[in-house]
Amino acid sequence: MSLEQFKDRNVTQNYKFIPVDKPPVAPMDKFKQVVKRTFRGELFVGLWVVFREMVKFNIHTVQYPKEKLPISPRYRAVHKLYRLLESGYERCIGCGLCEKICIANCIRMDTRYDENQRKEVTEYTINLGRCIFCGYCAEVCPELAIVHGGRYENASEQRAHFVLRDDILTPLDFLKEGKQEEFPGFGAVSPNADERIKKTPLAY
Amino acid sequence: MTLTEFVISTIVKILVVLGIFSALAGFGTYLERKILAFMQRRLGPMHVGPYGLLQVLADGIKLFTKEDIIPQNSVKPIFMIAPIIGAATAFIALAAVPLLPEFEIFGITVHPIISDVNVGVLFVLGVMASGLYAPLLAGMASANKWGLLGAARTVIQLLSYEVVTGLSIMAPLMMVGSLSLIDINNYQSGGFADWIIWTQPVAFVLFLIAGFAETNRTPFDLLEHEAEIVSGYATEYSGMRWGMFFIGEYTNMITLAFLASLIFLGGFNDWGFIPGALAIILKVSFLFFFFLWTRAAWPHVRPDQLMWLCWKVLLPLAVVNIVITGLVLMI
Repeated sequence: MSLEQFKDRNVTQNYKFIPVDKPPVAPMDKFKQVVKRTFRGELFVGLWVVFREMVKFNIHTVQYPKEKLPISPRYRAVHKLYRLLESGYERCIGCGLCEKICIANCIRMDTRYDENQRKEVTEYTINLGRCIFCGYCAEVCPELAIVHGGRYENASEQRAHFVLRDDILTPLDFLKEGKQEEFPGFGAVSPNADERIKKTPLAY
Repeated sequence: MTLTEFVISTIVKILVVLGIFSALAGFGTYLERKILAFMQRRLGPMHVGPYGLLQVLADGIKLFTKEDIIPQNSVKPIFMIAPIIGAATAFIALAAVPLLPEFEIFGITVHPIISDVNVGVLFVLGVMASGLYAPLLAGMASANKWGLLGAARTVIQLLSYEVVTGLSIMAPLMMVGSLSLIDINNYQSGGFADWIIWTQPVAFVLFLIAGFAETNRTPFDLLEHEAEIVSGYATEYSGMRWGMFFIGEYTNMITLAFLASLIFLGGFNDWGFIPGALAIILKVSFLFFFFLWTRAAWPHVRPDQLMWLCWKVLLPLAVVNIVITGLVLMI
C-alpha cells in the first residue's frame, strides 16, 4: 500500500455485509434452530481448536525480565546527550531551544561563556518524571546533541534519580572506544539522510 | 473384623482421603492454570519452582497468612461457616465413593471406600447438592449486592440441574438394580463392551451436562461469572475462607469425575491389559482434563438459558430415555 492511499481521507469503506437470518418466531422454527445448532457440532469445533493449539505448543509468552522484545530505533525512551567524536566535548552549544520547546517544561539548563568565549553548559537536567517523551527536544536540536535512546526501564526508588545528567550523557571512555553510534535514536540523522534531503535552489 | 480394627481402619482411610484429595485439589488449580495457558498460547505459572510447580505452595502460604476479613454488615456466623460447608460437603461426598479396586498391603486387604453404604449414588448426589448451601449462604450473608446476585443464581442453578441429574442417572440405575456404586461397578465387569455408556449414551451426556452445572464449571459458571457479577458469592471472601470454596469446588470436580467413570465408563474394572486401579485413574484424569478443556473452549450461558436448557430440553430427553429403558427392560 502506498503512502498516497493512506493520505486519502475520502475513502469509501469496503465493509462486507454479512446476511444474518432473522431470529425464528414460530415455535416450530425455534425448535428447528435448536436441533440444527445441537447436531452441527460447532461445540466440538471449539474443542478441537483449543486442543490443536495446545498440541502445537506455539507459545507466544515473552518472559519479560529474562527475554526482551527488540524495540524500534525510533523508539522515544530516555534521552541521550552526545559528545563530539574527535574532541570529546559535549555537542550541546547551549542554544536553549530544547528548553524553550519542551511542552512539559521539564528541561532546565544553565550556561556561561568559558575562557575561549565558547558557550559552556554548566547545568542540564531533564526531569524524566515530568517528561512526556514527545521528542520535540530531539527534533529541534540543531547539533544532534540530544536524542532519544532505547532505555525504557527507568523505575527508581527516588524521584531525584530521574534528573541525573550523568546517566544520559555519553561517558568519555565509552566515546573513546567508538561506541557512540550515530543513528541509534529518535532525533538523530538517519543513515540515508543525504538521499532524502532536497537541495535548495541556491545550491545550483 | 473387630470394632477397634474397623474404627482404626476407617480413621486411617479418612485421613488418607482428606490428605490426598486436598493436595489434589491444590494441584488441580496448578493443572488448570497450565492447561488453560497452553490452550491460549501462554506459559502459565513459570517462576516459582521448576515450571512453576511450587506455585501451589506459594498460593497456599499466601491464603493461610492473609488477614481474615469479615465485612461489617455481614451476618457474621453464617458468613464464617459458609466456606466450611463448601469444603466439608465436598469431602463428605467422597465417603461413599469407591476410589480404587480392593488391594492388599502389608497383608491387610484394603477396601478403598470409607463407607460402603448401599445407597451410595443417592448419598453422594445428595451431599453434593447440599454443598450448594455454601454459595447460597455465603452470598446472602455477605451484605454485598454481587454476593446476593450470586446466591440468587445458585438457587436458579440448583433448580435447573438437580432434576436432570436425578432423572439421567435413573436409567442406568434401573438396569443395574442397585444404588451401591460397587454394584454398579461390578455390573460392568465384563470389559469394554459392558460399559453402561454404550447402552445409555444419552444418560451419560445428560449426566455430564448436569455435572458441569453442579460443580459450576464453565459453560454454566453463573455463580461467580466475573464479567457480570464481579465474583458472585465469593466477592467478599478472601484468604483461607475463599480458599476453602476452591478446595471444595475442585474436590467436587474430582468426585464428579469419579462418579461419571464409575457409573458410565466401567469404573475400576480391568480395561484390557490396563489394571483396574490405573484404568480408573486414567478415566478420572481424562474427565478432569475435559472440565478444563471446555473451560478454554466454550462460552458461558445466561441463567435463563440454563433454565431453558435444563427444563425444556434435558428434562424431556431424560424422561424419554427412562421410558425407553423401561420398555426395553420389560421386553
